[in-house]
Amino acid sequence: MGLELYLDLLSQPCRAVYVFARANNIPFEFKRVDLLKGQHRTEEFQKVNMLMTVPALKEDSFTLAESIAILLYLARKFKTPDHWYPAELQKRARVDEYLSWQHTTIRAKANDLLCYKMLLPVITGKPVPAEKMQSLTEELNVVLNQFEQKFLQDKPFIAGTEVSLADLLALEEIMQSLIVGHDPFEGRPKLAAWRKRVEGAVGQQLCQEAHGVLMDPSNISADKFTPEILELWKKLYLK
Amino acid sequence: MGLERYLDLLSQTCRSIYIFARSNNIPFEFKHVELFKESVLGKKPAAGSGAEQPHAGPSSREGAGKVSLLKKVPALKDGDFTLEECTAILLYLSRKYNTPDHWYPADIQKRAQVDEYLSWHHANIRASAPKTMWIKVLIPLFTGQPLPSQKLQEVMEGLSSSLKQFEERFLQDKAFIVGSQISLADLVAIVELMQPVGVGCDIFEDRPRLRRWRRRVEDAVGKELFFQAHEMILNIKELSSMQIDPELKEQLAPVLMKMLK
Repeated sequence: MGLELYLDLLSQPCRAVYVFARANNIPFEFKRVDLLKGQHRTEEFQKVNMLMTVPALKEDSFTLAESIAILLYLARKFKTPDHWYPAELQKRARVDEYLSWQHTTIRAKANDLLCYKMLLPVITGKPVPAEKMQSLTEELNVVLNQFEQKFLQDKPFIAGTEVSLADLLALEEIMQSLIVGHDPFEGRPKLAAWRKRVEGAVGQQLCQEAHGVLMDPSNISADKFTPEILELWKKLYLK
Repeated sequence: MGLERYLDLLSQTCRSIYIFARSNNIPFEFKHVELFKESVLGKKPAAGSGAEQPHAGPSSREGAGKVSLLKKVPALKDGDFTLEECTAILLYLSRKYNTPDHWYPADIQKRAQVDEYLSWHHANIRASAPKTMWIKVLIPLFTGQPLPSQKLQEVMEGLSSSLKQFEERFLQDKAFIVGSQISLADLVAIVELMQPVGVGCDIFEDRPRLRRWRRRVEDAVGKELFFQAHEMILNIKELSSMQIDPELKEQLAPVLMKMLK
């Protein structure tokens, strides 16, 4: 049946998979899963991924969840250029190190900020209280500092001189808050320069296309959510 | 030159590396770092900050300050190359030492299933299981405050939910996560799940399928090695009677209280 990728481009890890597949001309069928409408929780989708998450991959009877697993699988299956996941042991370890570290840091903190800024106004009709916004921003800043100091340092990319899966996933996570009007690159020239390099390496046109969803706040306006999803995400993310 | 690992066997991620290295006869130097004092508070100056001064104390502590930028265990040092993050270290070792295929199968679909588990693990099992130790042992030890039972209940509910997904999605009716042989996925999972066991929350008790999987993992690793690695966590009560420096208590208490929120 061919390769199917179940994606919602509003989701950071989905965009990483999408951009990677497109940048490498990997043939796939795009299956849209609308998160705000709760399509990831339907019985039908659960047959593809019972964890109810996107991205998900389906190839005949083989299904796969988790963006990192999917990215690595695609890299291996389609023998993408070495720099994405370098064969050299230590470079590869650098990529693995970032991909592991980011779950509870960049991913978690960027997502926290996004969820509050995205959901609270929709649910309560009011903006996020200043104090809360400050603490969310501070926590994100801590991990962004760690990112710059430990993972980027003075290198053009995380693994060295060329872009890898680590940079791609990092960029998608870090830039997510643009959709709620929070610019994580402001006041961070090193990070902004790195972003330009990643987009340049991936391809400007592809990036514009994939990241376009983040530039239009109406994509997350109140009417886009189902009441059930709002209720669920309130419990999950607004603690 | 042996690999050096900065390990603390109270840490579940360190145990997985310890077991993997020992299991595969990977030569290493085990540098014990006292978890709480060095890593959690990050008292050592950052490497390259210029603030390093010779000081009296066990060499392992000084060594740990130089290696670890993020100030957490585990960390690996191989010549000039340093590496953190359990998953990265396990994969590095498996490649460098060409460990048997089953640990990280060459078959791309099986390999993908290991990757899938290793990724999912972070925000699920690993998000809840370690908190049992914080709540039942560490927080009372360092803050002198009693066990917050509501918080423990929340954590156990979260853990139950993850365990359900673990059984239904990752284990299913297979012997191990990726089929008939143990892999890095099983190793990473088991050390995390032993944490609640060590502090008296036996999550295997009412879960026969999980219990059988645990037995198989113990056998595949070797019972002696498995229990040696877990000796500290299974005798965690000894930690409760440990003398904690009052200054340390003062510094750690707010960090721990934040975890309660």
